[in-house]
Amino acid sequence: MIRYILQRFGYMVVTFFVIVTLTFLSMKLLPGTPYRNAAKMTKEQIANLNATYGLDKPIPVQYLKYVGNMLQGNLGESFQYDGRPVTQIIGEKFPISIELGVEAIILGVVVGLLLGIFAGLKRNTIWDYSSMVIAVLGISIPSFIFAALLQYWLGVKYQIFPIAYWETPANRILPAISLSTVVIATVARFMRTEMVEVMQSDYITTAEAKGITTMQIIFKHSIRNAIIPVITILGPLFVNIITGSLVIEKIFAIPGIGEQFVTSIYTNDYPMIMGTTIIYSAMFILIIFIVDILYGVIDPRIRLAGGK
Amino acid sequence: MKNILELKDLKVSFDTFSGEVQAVRGVNLTLQKGETLAIVGESGSGKSVTSKAIMGLIPSPPGRIKGGEINFEGKNLLNYSKRDMQKIRGKEISMIFQDPMTALNPTMKIGAQIMEGLIKHQSMSKKDAKQRAIELLELVGIPNPTARVEQYPHQFSGGMRQRVVIAIALACNPKVLIADEPTTALDVTIQAQILDLMRDLQEKMETAIILITHDLGVVANLAQKVAVMYGGKVVETGTVDEIFYNPKHPYTWGLLSSMPKLHNHSNKLIAIPGTPPDLSDPPKGCPFAARCPHAMEVCTEYMPDYFEESDTQKTACWLLDERAPKVKPPATIGIGGE
Repeated sequence: MIRYILQRFGYMVVTFFVIVTLTFLSMKLLPGTPYRNAAKMTKEQIANLNATYGLDKPIPVQYLKYVGNMLQGNLGESFQYDGRPVTQIIGEKFPISIELGVEAIILGVVVGLLLGIFAGLKRNTIWDYSSMVIAVLGISIPSFIFAALLQYWLGVKYQIFPIAYWETPANRILPAISLSTVVIATVARFMRTEMVEVMQSDYITTAEAKGITTMQIIFKHSIRNAIIPVITILGPLFVNIITGSLVIEKIFAIPGIGEQFVTSIYTNDYPMIMGTTIIYSAMFILIIFIVDILYGVIDPRIRLAGGK
Repeated sequence: MKNILELKDLKVSFDTFSGEVQAVRGVNLTLQKGETLAIVGESGSGKSVTSKAIMGLIPSPPGRIKGGEINFEGKNLLNYSKRDMQKIRGKEISMIFQDPMTALNPTMKIGAQIMEGLIKHQSMSKKDAKQRAIELLELVGIPNPTARVEQYPHQFSGGMRQRVVIAIALACNPKVLIADEPTTALDVTIQAQILDLMRDLQEKMETAIILITHDLGVVANLAQKVAVMYGGKVVETGTVDEIFYNPKHPYTWGLLSSMPKLHNHSNKLIAIPGTPPDLSDPPKGCPFAARCPHAMEVCTEYMPDYFEESDTQKTACWLLDERAPKVKPPATIGIGGE
């Protein structure tokens, strides 16, 4: 198991550096300069500014300097907010997006699993069909539509929940629900398919032949086997949620990282773009790493294949 | 001797989109304590459905038991509630499955899979159940059982897995063990080991065995009684000797003839021409009539009654009627090795 984890960790580090390099290079291909009044400035002025920020040096030098700083935890200073370190801005905004994402994914996974298990066990009944209708709606209707509807019904009309801002726990409810719809739908559909397949497998018949109760069969034999493939989609889903929360953050006026990211691209704020990308990709890779380990914990065949 | 298990006119059907499929159409069987009854027949003859019906494992829908009785120790299991059946399954009647590669839960330790039944039926503590699981693994001939209980199915070979499946089935000393083609998925050498093991365990535990198979070699090895099934019906029953040396039904002749033989100098395998009847529209008369080389007019119109050749041998074939022409069994039915 330890060897399996180390191996995964190695892959993770390599992937991370590939992403950092590619982002750095592609960012250099962005047109324009980071300066707001560049159109009115003389060439000399721009050259001076470039020299101040170290943008006049060859790209490989800039790259090495950036990576060197990054390894020391220094992501540079933002161009658009004069002199504020990128790490500080991200440190302020990122936890908000993460919190919202975690809430949405927990809600989505719990509801999605319940729907999927239920639909799989009651296959081809009215319960199955209604669960799958919910799932299809969740996938096909964009989350911002849900967000607007929720704001209108629960926020404005019945005034049960606050419609925007990020202050009390009650503020979290509507954005989390809107964000979780895709997760609910994806997890439910996956889980249903897996449950149906597992319930028809031979080892379930063996378990039935032992005379244990249906509940024991479902909890000890079916769910554990059905959930394995579902875990693998959780990583990508989580990242989807974090990046996808951009629109939701805007609709609910939540001061998260998503909105910040787009602004940085508009303004060629190189350090902010790099910093945000690094954080996003680090998180993405970390999640895949965790999912890989979880997968090994749940499925002994994988754990041992890697550990030998 | 008293019958431990008795099937009376058991009928099982499956409702499909193309109509009702009558998989089992009135089966009568008896099983006595400690004896082995083999049910033989080709695919689709209803043998597996019969065994699943005894276990109460016919999926419903689409399956349903249309009629008859399954009497276990004098009580009709068909009247049992789901809960009561769970108390019978694994404790009084248990089952070994065909494919050991898929019959075990891949994410659960072998020990835990054996322990489940013990904890449920014998109210054992986890510790005692584990001890018993180790004993069972030893009993079915798995070396180093103390370490093996902690392992997962993928760490076992096919033959070893089948031993585990047998250990699970025998965990609570069942009175009846149903073995559904227990050696079909195994190598020939492993087959012999598993058959030896089953014979040993049967002697030790006095379990009655219902052996479902289409391998007559396995039958000769293990069984005392044979029921030949065809088209959802039992067409002939008898002791092993009667079925092998004095078969009366043309289908039994066909089965025996189609067994490959060591001293057969012709290179051809003998097959029964044709296919089994479509059970969604079962024939009115004898189900074998369409493939039977000796079929008469009466065969396609009326299902024959059982003709009793001896106390133990019963055959449903019009050829045994005194008005029928005398037909000799083909010379090819001699069993392998003779």
